[in-house]
Amino acid sequence: MVTMTPRHTIVALVEDRPGVLNRVSSLFRRRGFYISSLAVGKSEQPHLSRMTFVVEGDEDTVEQVTKQLNKLIEVIRVSELNEEDIVVRELALIKVHASATTRSEIMQLVAIFRANIVDVGPQSLIIEATGEEDKINALYNLLRPFGVRELMRTGRIAMSRGTLEGRGERGAVQTNGASGGDRS
Amino acid sequence: MKLTGAQIVCESLLREGVDVVFGLPGGAILPLYGVMHQYPQLRHILVRHEQAAVMAADGYARTTGRVGVCMATSGPGATNLVTGIAGAQMDSIPIVAITGQVPRPAIGRDAFQETDVTGITLPVTKHNYLVMEASEIPAAIKEAFYIANTGRPGPVLVDIPKDVLQNETAEFFYPEGVDLPGYKPTLEGHPAQIQKAAKLIAQAERPVILAGHGIILSRAYDEIRELAEKSQIPVITTLLGISSFPTDHFLNVGMPGMHGMAYASMAINEADLLIALGMRFDDRVTGRISAFAPDAKIIHVDVDPSEISKNVRATVPIVGDIKRVLRALLPQVQPSLHPESVQRIEHLRIEHPSHRIRETDKLIPQSILKSLCEITDGRAIIVTGVGQHQMWAAQHYAFKESNHLITSGGLGAMGFEVPAALGAKVAHPDKPVWSICGDGGFQMTLCDLATAVENNIGVKFAIMNNNFLGMVRQWQDFFYDKLYTATSYTGNPDFVKLAEAYGIPAIRVTDKAQVEASIQWAEQEPGPVLVDFMVEPEENVYPMIPAGESLAEMIEEPYMDYSPLAQAEGRA
Ligand SMILES: Cc1ncc(C[n+]2csc(CCOP(=O)(O)OP(=O)(O)O)c2C)c(N)n1
Repeated sequence: MVTMTPRHTIVALVEDRPGVLNRVSSLFRRRGFYISSLAVGKSEQPHLSRMTFVVEGDEDTVEQVTKQLNKLIEVIRVSELNEEDIVVRELALIKVHASATTRSEIMQLVAIFRANIVDVGPQSLIIEATGEEDKINALYNLLRPFGVRELMRTGRIAMSRGTLEGRGERGAVQTNGASGGDRS
Repeated sequence: MKLTGAQIVCESLLREGVDVVFGLPGGAILPLYGVMHQYPQLRHILVRHEQAAVMAADGYARTTGRVGVCMATSGPGATNLVTGIAGAQMDSIPIVAITGQVPRPAIGRDAFQETDVTGITLPVTKHNYLVMEASEIPAAIKEAFYIANTGRPGPVLVDIPKDVLQNETAEFFYPEGVDLPGYKPTLEGHPAQIQKAAKLIAQAERPVILAGHGIILSRAYDEIRELAEKSQIPVITTLLGISSFPTDHFLNVGMPGMHGMAYASMAINEADLLIALGMRFDDRVTGRISAFAPDAKIIHVDVDPSEISKNVRATVPIVGDIKRVLRALLPQVQPSLHPESVQRIEHLRIEHPSHRIRETDKLIPQSILKSLCEITDGRAIIVTGVGQHQMWAAQHYAFKESNHLITSGGLGAMGFEVPAALGAKVAHPDKPVWSICGDGGFQMTLCDLATAVENNIGVKFAIMNNNFLGMVRQWQDFFYDKLYTATSYTGNPDFVKLAEAYGIPAIRVTDKAQVEASIQWAEQEPGPVLVDFMVEPEENVYPMIPAGESLAEMIEEPYMDYSPLAQAEGRA
């Protein structure tokens, strides 16, 4: 699907406390920000999690999202990643109908996409695919004619390229402490 | 020695210097009330409705700059706080609300009087806590007070299950500081930005200052005055910015926007520079954004980065505490004069005298407020409800003292006038506190007249009684063919008798000639009193820029005498 609204990747480092996800999602809802994906998991630091959001909207919207996220007490750091300079991955599980006749064709596709078959049932296969969203979309579209029973995607996780840990993130950082709004 | 959760709460409040708490008990918070007698330094003021507790805490906080504290039980007690909390969030008022919750094992089971209070208040608090261990109470309360009254202030709610208050004990240890890696408000403005701002000010020919609530919140009264005087910049105050700068100062232009002074809105639209200090370009100020201040560059100073470029894009944004930013800016501002600009505003003021009150023998709220101002020498704390009387108070009470207008600006919650005035008077027993009430708003919270009586809180209640939900009636008048559906109060009680039933001396004023004497009488009464002013029922607030419109659509007072002579006389 072609979308005209630009997509932005925002990464937030947050305290691992009950209710944090609720605070974040409530903020998006109430401010009318549209998130197309959200992924959460532990970070390298104890008691801190990292969230990756994909947000649709113009620059002003992204600026507001970042600032509003920063206002949450449990959000430690928010950064918008530079789309040119990031590694992006998503994981998908796809359960596809597979008969004796289609099975080998599906397996060929899986091989081309460097995906894996992680479960084999009498009538179906579960395929695990990792990559950028486009790759997963492409694989999904090719599998659809066989009959996709279930699709599950994690949403994007993203990291800035570079050698130093967290550098890219800090480069674009708006911590609560920095004079966040001063970049105009 | 180990203390119970309830004792730990009281100890913690004392460590925060709390001297008064407004509240109303119930099952879940009863353990806290059970130990309160051990802490006589904590004065508890019992209210009749929890909304009064939070709004009294609000009035206390606004007039002192200290954190206001309120308490309620779980479920309905806590939900009754929500309107007041939402108002405090909108107006950046430091409040800590402590609520009882059902015991831990009952949480999530739809227990009796269980509501998800942290969930409900999540979008209307600066932060909130559900404290699940007695040992975590001190840190939660420490953080709550710190968060409430630093950076951009706001309400924080602390929800504590009953068994944590009652059955659990812990060693009491109050932390010295807070550990909040995600919360570090920016207070100092960026030097390079401040330099840019000084340059813009030096270049401007028609600058105006937009003074918002932030001036009051950071107590930057001297600094704004110095800035205005040093370079002769007219000051326009938002509703919540009123009394951040003396009303009678020759550079004070007044309030802009929907019911502001026409010339203030015009001055903004003609300005080439807006120096926006602690204000957030609310739609009541800007009207239609696309037509707002078309020629102006904007310096926007706010402690909350998310306010910057939210509604209006800033040319020079500065994140920081207003007082500190102004202190850094002032030495860089060159003394200058803007005689043409000041004269131009004077001229607009003569052509569009929105501050004037038309000549009439009728009893109209505008002249009552003017008399009140004269008799109290512009030095009373004025607390208002929401509606017409609020706008008239903002327009016609000329404040000489800083931070003396207490009003629900952002949320616009009717009923604020009664409890917020109680809170203000509790904080300032020696100052006159006038509660300017609508007959509508008054009836939303009048139950707490009893609180005034019980605690001898000497608020002067003045009802601008039009037997209408006046402001809404005005909208119906202007925009809904005068169809006064559901805005006429035909069965209002006799407020004088009602007050007397509470033991509050009261009088009714029906004639303009009685106004001054009634105000003087009220001033001399030591305790709470009530004056029921039977005002012109269909009086309208002028000027008015209809919602979402621009200055071009402004409706000005139709009956005004615009003759040059009257204008010359009315100028003062
Ligand atoms: C709690 C609440 N409900 C409804 C409104 C909408 N509203 C705004 S002004 C107003 C009329 C207020 O009437 P009154 O208190 O008598 O004051 P008046 O306008 O007559 O001075 C109403 C109903 C509100 N602001 N707050």
